Amino acid sequence: MNQPLITVEGLTKRFDVSRSFKDVFTGNHPQLQAVSDVDFTLAPGETLGIVGESGCGKTTLGRMLIKLISATEGKVMFDGKDISEMTRTEELEFRRRAQLVFQNPFDALNPHFTILRSLTEPLHNARVPREEHGQRIAEAMSMVHLPALEHFLQSFPHQLSGGQLQRVVLARALVLRPDFIVADEPVSMLDVSVRAGILNVLREVRDTMGLAAVFISHDLALVRYVCERTITMYLGAVVEDGPTAAIVENPLHPYTKALVQAVPIPRVDQSHAPLPITGGLPDARNPPSGCRFRDRCPLAEARCAAEIPRLREVGGGRRVACHLVEPA
Amino acid sequence: MQHAEEIKLPSRGARFVKGFSRWLSAASAIPRRDPFAFAGLLLYFAFVVIAIFADSLITYDPREILFDENYDLARNLAPGGDHILGTTYSGRDIYSQLVMGTRGALIVGVTAAVCVVTIGTVLGLIAGYFGGVTDTMLMRLADIALGVPFLPFVIVLAAFMNPSQWNVVLGIALLLWPQSARVIRAQVMTLRERAFIEAARVTGAGPWRILFVHIAPNVLSLSFLYASIAVGWAILTEASISFLGFGPSDSVTWGYMLQDAYASQALGRGQYYWFVPPGLCIIAVVVAGFLISRGYEEILFPKLKD
Repeated sequence: MNQPLITVEGLTKRFDVSRSFKDVFTGNHPQLQAVSDVDFTLAPGETLGIVGESGCGKTTLGRMLIKLISATEGKVMFDGKDISEMTRTEELEFRRRAQLVFQNPFDALNPHFTILRSLTEPLHNARVPREEHGQRIAEAMSMVHLPALEHFLQSFPHQLSGGQLQRVVLARALVLRPDFIVADEPVSMLDVSVRAGILNVLREVRDTMGLAAVFISHDLALVRYVCERTITMYLGAVVEDGPTAAIVENPLHPYTKALVQAVPIPRVDQSHAPLPITGGLPDARNPPSGCRFRDRCPLAEARCAAEIPRLREVGGGRRVACHLVEPA
Repeated sequence: MQHAEEIKLPSRGARFVKGFSRWLSAASAIPRRDPFAFAGLLLYFAFVVIAIFADSLITYDPREILFDENYDLARNLAPGGDHILGTTYSGRDIYSQLVMGTRGALIVGVTAAVCVVTIGTVLGLIAGYFGGVTDTMLMRLADIALGVPFLPFVIVLAAFMNPSQWNVVLGIALLLWPQSARVIRAQVMTLRERAFIEAARVTGAGPWRILFVHIAPNVLSLSFLYASIAVGWAILTEASISFLGFGPSDSVTWGYMLQDAYASQALGRGQYYWFVPPGLCIIAVVVAGFLISRGYEEILFPKLKD
């Protein structure tokens, strides 16, 4: 096993939330724990999917990996260096090697920049000599299957379709030849008809460039299409981690089971078996004691309320945070 | 790695031409969209032409005391004949003064507007983007500047320094920047949270580059809006200062003409041709600025119209 590209240790992010009238008198500073104590490693060239429902901290985790927000506790090591303790030169190098693909392509490009300008900007910041710009942009454009035509490069974001914009956003990330990209719900804002195109581009890029990727999505089916390994998050914590195929075929954690069951089957006469879980995500300001999932879990026991389940190895490269799953 | 052909990037010159033609086509959309703004633009254009060619348009030196063929002072002549708008009490040609006054007014108006908008935009950008202590300090400074009474401040400024039109420009620049700075700050605060600004950070842009390369183009249209308002304000203030007698004594402006007419009791003699034209000119310039800013605002924020 070669050295991991990314090592995440005890990563936690707490946000301050607004204080109520009562909090002011009691001296209470309420906080929302968006991500709590997340550990994982990512090998070079590995693709990792992060799934979970809205509000489970996936996006916050992704933004911490790319150093858009700082962690409250814990650290992210990129190629052996803590990303929060980088010098300006090291940070520039990190910015060249780690890129982000945004969820909303309509907002991710500067409306006053031409496509060419948006693609040149990263090269300029990474101090790539001007003579190489043309070749690098042509390379990125061909990777995302966009025509490197003069009139296309000179157009503005509002003149393009969502699918085209998302390809441009992807090209902007790839133009720096990164080693690692975080794709935060890259197709959720797009029409179903253009999703497949973007996903295929992501797969091609993964195979040809050999880059490590974190693919954030609420849709297990999409993650299965792109990623080798998957992490399931619930209320800021990792509940299951393992190879995607194994997780989809044999989910171990009750929450993952529910997620797998929720993936629609393209059949008109499918049976609508009720999901094993009900209710919504609990308030992240005061999560349930013990296991965070216990109040929605069909199998919860007394132990689940008393003791926080640790993420344990269960064999086959899988880790699960549940008292009821026996280590293999 | 896939093989990709190299694409030819446009040169700096070509990009400039492209940007300029884009700007021209945007500007040409104004008359079709808003006839009032177009009227304002035409008025401005007319005043600019008059200011540029003032030297060839005047019929007499505006400061020269004129005499008739009997060597009598050519004072209080009615419009017509050699003097298109007549002469003043001290025998100067009113038409020539009016034309020369256009140049003075526009110089004050445009320089003041440029100063106001430059200060306002830069401070607004910095306050909005960096936030925290920087923001608090700049905005308290803005509050102080807004609290200072406008005309008295400029008069005191004129009294301490030699009377000149640059005092007026300085006074306007020092007191009028907070309005544009506040609006631009608010705009920057919303832009700061947009994904394309995060994208700039992810691709390695430093804070100053983000501020002046990525954010600034998005607030420039607001700056122009405030510039067109500031031109009118500056001209109005200059006229007020001159009318009160604190203006520069070495140049002819519309405010000076009004002051001269007032001091010479032109109203008592019914010399409307003396003080009505400069008054109308001041109104025309201010209204033109207002019309342009209004039309511009409708193009910028079409939803506000209804």
